[in-house]
Amino acid sequence: MAGERKRVAVFKFASCDGCQLALLSLEEELYALCQELDLAFFPEARSRNLPGPYDVALVEGSITTADDVERIKQVRQESKYLVAVGSCANAGGIQCLRNWAKIEEFVEHVYATPQYISTLAESTPIDSHVSVDFVLHGCPINKDQLLEVLTSLLLGRLPHLPAHSVCVECKRRGSVCVLVSKAMPCLGPITHAGCGALCPAFNRGCYGCYGPMENPNPEPLIAQMEAAGIHGAYLVRVLRGFAGYAEVFRNAGDNLEKTLQ
Amino acid sequence: MSETAQTAAGERVLKRDSLLTRVEGEGGVYVRWEQDRLAEVRLDIFEPPRFFEAFLRGRHLHEVPDITARICGICPVAYQMSSVHALEAALGIVISPAIRRLRRLLYCAEWIQSHALHIYLLEGPDFLGYESALSLAKDHPELVERGLRLKKVGNDLLEVLGGRATHPVSVCVGGFYKTPRRKELMALHESLVWGLEAARTTARWAAQLTLPELTADYEFVALSHPDEYPMNEGRIVSSSGLDLTAAEFERHFLELQVAHSTALHSVRTENATSYLVGPLARLNLNRERLAPQAREVAHSSGLSFPLRNPFAMIIARSLEMLHAFEEALSIVESYEEPAQSAVECKVRAGEGCAATEAPRGLLYHRYRVNERGLVDFAKIVPPTAQNLRRIEDDLRLLLPRLKEASDEEMLAACENLVRAYDPCISCSTHFLKLTIDRSPRP
Repeated sequence: MAGERKRVAVFKFASCDGCQLALLSLEEELYALCQELDLAFFPEARSRNLPGPYDVALVEGSITTADDVERIKQVRQESKYLVAVGSCANAGGIQCLRNWAKIEEFVEHVYATPQYISTLAESTPIDSHVSVDFVLHGCPINKDQLLEVLTSLLLGRLPHLPAHSVCVECKRRGSVCVLVSKAMPCLGPITHAGCGALCPAFNRGCYGCYGPMENPNPEPLIAQMEAAGIHGAYLVRVLRGFAGYAEVFRNAGDNLEKTLQ
Repeated sequence: MSETAQTAAGERVLKRDSLLTRVEGEGGVYVRWEQDRLAEVRLDIFEPPRFFEAFLRGRHLHEVPDITARICGICPVAYQMSSVHALEAALGIVISPAIRRLRRLLYCAEWIQSHALHIYLLEGPDFLGYESALSLAKDHPELVERGLRLKKVGNDLLEVLGGRATHPVSVCVGGFYKTPRRKELMALHESLVWGLEAARTTARWAAQLTLPELTADYEFVALSHPDEYPMNEGRIVSSSGLDLTAAEFERHFLELQVAHSTALHSVRTENATSYLVGPLARLNLNRERLAPQAREVAHSSGLSFPLRNPFAMIIARSLEMLHAFEEALSIVESYEEPAQSAVECKVRAGEGCAATEAPRGLLYHRYRVNERGLVDFAKIVPPTAQNLRRIEDDLRLLLPRLKEASDEEMLAACENLVRAYDPCISCSTHFLKLTIDRSPRP
């Protein structure tokens, strides 16, 4: 049987490690999963790491260095399915904030000897460099959704994950709308579901860490937030968060910023 | 980078490229031998920088704890804690005793999941001769199951307090967006009682491990508090007599940039020497303030303090995990729902700093905010960056004993030592790669 196990690899680029930790956080399911899958390459968890090809690559992190531009191409070549996990891999992560700044100034701000540092001007998602077969949203990803992706792979079917918004999850949960009732900024209506609408349940607005949902409509939401007194640079900051470089959030923020100047 | 290192003419160059594994982040060890003399040791860190201190500028102070959490997926609570304490200092806010206790509970939860992860899944396999917990589980499923369950208790507690185990959403400047219901916490009581027992078994197991021999003359640096084992507050003390407030930290500790690392190295300002932060430093400086059961195990296990062997870090971590269970149970049992989840924050211009004890050691933050509450300046000194220089010093102590060893043995020994530190290279900077340059032996 061992020879038939699907080979899974875990790769890290610029990230916090929190998404691959979700694999180890499948505490109860991890053992059963390992009977069915071979975690062939997972350097954070094991010393025996085997070369490709792999059936599935789970890729965490964004691309921020010239070396990583080459490394992700290698990962793509070695992997039958490439799953981009988390907001860094899907949208460039919080480190995408550099994309609106001058990288030279950032490097000089943090490092006394900037010439030792080799980095790209932008933090970019995986699909800017190679084709991605499946996307798992979140900052961090939801471990149950990760389990669904790995299970579906074993069964040879498409993963069944919700495509609606956090706003729908929030209504199901029965939380009171924090934008309507408390005038808090909330990206729930345009953010991809998956967290279970955590933030509104904690008396705060959704900060969009799962990135945009499919076919979102940001304009009415922005109008609603502006009507609630959230506007200007504040609203731009709300849009430029953990998935701020995702196209929908990026365009909404950039358009808004133009009206400020 | 190290693969292309030049060697003197006539020297034989042996290179081994191998991932340093079971650590969080990407780095490598470079070792150069000239004949039998250890010429150079470097911990190369090439984790790509993410520039948090740069892009925090212009963000609002209320966004800071969620952003700094993303520095580390293993210890996000630590980054949230140091940032909220520093920002509260900038605003002149004093939190309530109830919020203080709840923050300690949150920190206990993070220590439990982080320490359980390292003890059972990352370092434990070294002592038992396995390449991973996945392999260990084939022969000793009960051990791995215990580790995973301990970790899960920590995660479950994080979920009740913060909605999710990684990047919890409840922490804000001034307190919490929402505090838990008593019944939600009490629902975890049974698993915390189980965890306490399992953590005591873990601590006794760790205390009798046969450690590789290595003794170093460390300067231990940790927070110290008169009444409690340090987490969120206390003075910064060291085994050589430092006794400082957080505001004095930058005068005594200096960050240096070195060419082989994207993480800065910290040294003591006075003499540019390395120092040690983390569980071993905390334990040696604070062991009398461990909770009763942890103290009892520490004192009845035949350990002689201070512990000066880096491989004893697994013992310190295990004792701290036991402590965290004792304290978590005590806080949960006496918990009363606070009337207010947070104190009111009046935004004003100001500057503040704070140090708290992350699972991997002292974590210092300093912020300057303007009258609109926007960050003008941010400085973050992570624990692993503070230990990098010390890890290199330890490798220098270890390697001369391995002159006759094969490359494989040398690799394993270096890896085990680095791993003992539980370095979080993502925090400071992921592959640990070993390169050995060797001149021909006589």
